[in-house]
Amino acid sequence: MVPLNWYILLSAAIFAIGVFGFLSRRNVIIMFMSIELMLNAVNISLISFSQYIQDLRGQILAFFIIAVAAAEAAIGLAIVIALFRNKATAHVDEVHEMQG
Amino acid sequence: MLPKLFFAYFAFAMVLISILVVTRRNPVHSVLWMLLLFFHIAGLYLFLNAEFLAAIQIIVYAGAILVLFLFVVFLLNLKEEVKAKRFISAWSAGFTFAVALFVVFMLSIRSFIAAPPGKYTVDLIKSESNIQVLGKVLYTEFLFPFEVASLILLIAIIGAIVLAKKRIKI
Repeated sequence: MVPLNWYILLSAAIFAIGVFGFLSRRNVIIMFMSIELMLNAVNISLISFSQYIQDLRGQILAFFIIAVAAAEAAIGLAIVIALFRNKATAHVDEVHEMQG
Repeated sequence: MLPKLFFAYFAFAMVLISILVVTRRNPVHSVLWMLLLFFHIAGLYLFLNAEFLAAIQIIVYAGAILVLFLFVVFLLNLKEEVKAKRFISAWSAGFTFAVALFVVFMLSIRSFIAAPPGKYTVDLIKSESNIQVLGKVLYTEFLFPFEVASLILLIAIIGAIVLAKKRIKI
């Protein structure tokens, strides 16, 4: 059987890659995808915990995370479309009206 | 030995694909790599005896969320973005932060203490079926969060329509 630590390490690696993508890209769609990457990393660790301590609650939590990720993607992409209609850019540094 | 080989393949492929997702210049390529990543994640879920979540991963993530991403990428005219610089100038700060985060996770694994094992052993789940056991827990113990999730989805539907529709001039 694969040790639990391997799963947590894999999850941590994907989460860190997601953090890196979010911090160092400025294309708004790729930033969104980095967020999805982080959510998926958390799902992997939740489901591996659920398998290893024989409790289904981890899987239920992953289920809710998927539901919230779907809602977040719908709202976020609607915001991207509204932004693109007003500014014609997907580069977040060019959107600075609210910086004061 | 064989499970470890399988896991090694999945882990290697997933890390590689994640790096490809965040480094591609063209968002369409990123979305397509992400699709491959989600299939790998679904395979890993099958490996962890979570058949229902593997199906949900493919149906919801690959089937709905990624198609939504792809549609938005196609709707936006990203010709300028492809020519722009790939990373911000301070990308090394983000890289350092991500590596530091990974190191913190790695160090915190050592102090992990497993909870006492619950009652849902593999044999119990096998005797009923993953979906049935999951449904029983979801609709009894987690009924209220389930309703809250439905409310979140409703708000997402309304919010997406309100945000994305054109302003009507009065």
